[in-house]
Amino acid sequence: MIKITINGKKSEVEAGTTILKAAAALNIKIPTLCNHELLEPYGACRLCLVEIIDGDWSTVTTSCNYPITKEIVVETESAAAVKARRMVLEMLLGRCNTSPELDRLAADHGLKGSRFELNYDDCILCGQCERVCREVVGANAITFAQRGVDRVVVPPFGEEAEQCIGCGACVYLCPTGAIQIQEDGEQKIIDRWSRVLELKYCKSCGVEVAPVFQCDYLQKKADLPEDFFDLCRDCRVAQR
Amino acid sequence: MKKIENAAQLDAYRKQCAAERDPDRAMIAVCTGTGCQAHGCDNVVEGLKQELVNAGLGDKVELKTTGCHGYCEKGPLAVVRPEGILYQRVKEKHLADIVNKTIAKGEVLDKLLFFDPATKERVKLEKDVPFYKLQERLVFGDNGYIDPTSIEDYLGIGGYQALEKVLTGMDAEKVVAEVEEAGLRGRGGGGFPTGRKWASAANVESEVKYVICNADEGDPGAYMDRSLLEGNPHAIVEGMMIGAFAIGATAGYVYVRNEYPQAVRNLQCALESARELGLLGENILGSGFNFDIHISKGGGAFVCGESSALIASIEGEVGEPRAKHIHMAESGLLGKPTVLNNVETWANVPLIINRGAVWYKGLGTEKSSGTKIFSLVGKVKNTGLVEVPMGISLRQIIFAIGGGIPKNRAFKAVQTGGPSGGCIPAEHLDMPVDFDALTELGSMMGSGGMIVMDDQTCMVDVAKYFVGFLKGESCGKCTTCREGLQRMYEILDKITLGTGTMADLELLEEMAPVIQQASMCGLGKTAPNPVLSTLRYFRDEYLAHINDKKCPAGVCKALTSDTQA
Repeated sequence: MIKITINGKKSEVEAGTTILKAAAALNIKIPTLCNHELLEPYGACRLCLVEIIDGDWSTVTTSCNYPITKEIVVETESAAAVKARRMVLEMLLGRCNTSPELDRLAADHGLKGSRFELNYDDCILCGQCERVCREVVGANAITFAQRGVDRVVVPPFGEEAEQCIGCGACVYLCPTGAIQIQEDGEQKIIDRWSRVLELKYCKSCGVEVAPVFQCDYLQKKADLPEDFFDLCRDCRVAQR
Repeated sequence: MKKIENAAQLDAYRKQCAAERDPDRAMIAVCTGTGCQAHGCDNVVEGLKQELVNAGLGDKVELKTTGCHGYCEKGPLAVVRPEGILYQRVKEKHLADIVNKTIAKGEVLDKLLFFDPATKERVKLEKDVPFYKLQERLVFGDNGYIDPTSIEDYLGIGGYQALEKVLTGMDAEKVVAEVEEAGLRGRGGGGFPTGRKWASAANVESEVKYVICNADEGDPGAYMDRSLLEGNPHAIVEGMMIGAFAIGATAGYVYVRNEYPQAVRNLQCALESARELGLLGENILGSGFNFDIHISKGGGAFVCGESSALIASIEGEVGEPRAKHIHMAESGLLGKPTVLNNVETWANVPLIINRGAVWYKGLGTEKSSGTKIFSLVGKVKNTGLVEVPMGISLRQIIFAIGGGIPKNRAFKAVQTGGPSGGCIPAEHLDMPVDFDALTELGSMMGSGGMIVMDDQTCMVDVAKYFVGFLKGESCGKCTTCREGLQRMYEILDKITLGTGTMADLELLEEMAPVIQQASMCGLGKTAPNPVLSTLRYFRDEYLAHINDKKCPAGVCKALTSDTQA
């Protein structure tokens, strides 16, 4: 176990625990936009900046991917950390002004809008969609392309995301609401990934089960009986 | 050739190679480095070959095609040995005279000699030409003597002696200690003590470890690593082998950009011939040491020169940086302990082992020992690659070696360290060049780019150029680098267009330290340097653009009088 002090609160953590997790255990909230407990730390949004202090030496660094390996003192609300986080937020707001989550964080940091003019995108490239699709769902339907400000998350070749099962995990995790899922008649549509999925309905009661492609994917992946998704969950349970 | 199985056999073969290469024999060494290639050296080589045959000297005079000699401004270069006569700007029409007069009769061709504008005299010998005179070409100098595709040439000048010394008489700790004591620091940019890096990797227990050579040189105008790899690949191979032995690595990678085809070819050739001789592979020199080197070709993304992105690229992943909270010495390539050094750093290693840490430490300054190769370009008379001892002043490099500014214009600034280095003004020309002094001045050593600027250069425009380069090369993963560089560029653009305000300047100065502090990798962390250093030394130029709507250097088109009217 390693000793750690965050905002004056002392605690002990296992070696390798990230500062973000150690802080959460002490009920200290550090804002994040690209972090999620189900995903590997990524360190892209830079919002979780904190200051690590070691005597005269100090540094501002991301807490989500900093593994604690020796005794350290962390300040999450030091002047340097807050100043850097504000600038990160201002940069993100300059990119995207359509996110209630970003607006809330900005307000928390005392920011009234961004001095950068052009708001040019609804995506802040936090990569949660890409990572959940790859790391958790395993569908690998979307990926990063281009670099710098041209960086985007896209399906391969910018065409329809043929591997997308329409699970909606990306929609659920997106902090800016840039990814939306819609239903239109017998189809499920994710515009952002140009994905249109036919829906499957319960043979017994007629209620919607899931997209056909998703049913096939899950059936194969979990080695389920071929007719497993012919019924909705309720009818399947009732039949047993 | 039979495989060399032990040190005695290597010694014998080296002696044989040296004997076959009598230093007093007649030879024409033609530079076929990148610069001379552009000047048409291939025709010079072919023409000389023909002239030698015509004169019946085909088998008496050796025509050696070598790597870069450094004096690119004056190429194509040919050096007549053993005298060491330097002929510059050699053209096809001169070749018959070189063979029939100089080689056959010992007559020197005045018109091809370097003309020294200071003394108004021609200089006959390469070593007396001012460009070379002040240099100390310990790492780079061998380029002019060897055919890079010949391992025998390298052996003939004492090659693989350091490896032999290490494998026959030194244990790994001693090698690390020697490099540590020599004070060698990373030549790729960071200046981290090489020995300390090796020691951390050596101290980690692991059956698999790696050494990597970073040859992803990407700074605009910099080509020293390229020229070393092209001109003397075995020095790098030997350095890597010694490093591998020191830390206990069994495999090495050279990550080299595919836009350097000659470097890739010459390295490939070096690796093959070293394998053939048994210098790479299993049980090298009968010592039980196994090691081989692989080439990994990069696609040319600037960010792949950053160590974690480079490793991702070798692993077949997208070349993007990762957080480096865990040191590579513990978990690097494929999660194994890894030492990554730059081309020039590796090339320094055999030198240190051969001549000893004490000798090496005597070169350069207290905290930056040895020499450094700089790529001297921009508004300077003698464009080329120069190798100087650390601690030499910028003035000596730019004026004594570089010959000063063309057209007698005034010196304004020199940008060191590549695109994310800083611009240093005239008042600091006498500063000794070493890692710490350059950092103190708001610039950095970087990999050794040195771009000289004259008084017709607008410093806001310069900052805009470099930030523009870096924003184009930012991978876009982290917010501060991606958004920050874009916003800095926009503000600089506004200022050069005459629409910038003092509030813009304030925002620029507020952003820069956050980008430095909060970016994920070295690209973002150093990217504000050109802006901060020009603000530090040339703030009046920014103010002239903003307040007076004037570009003092007359560069920014929107602010020059003819377009304003």
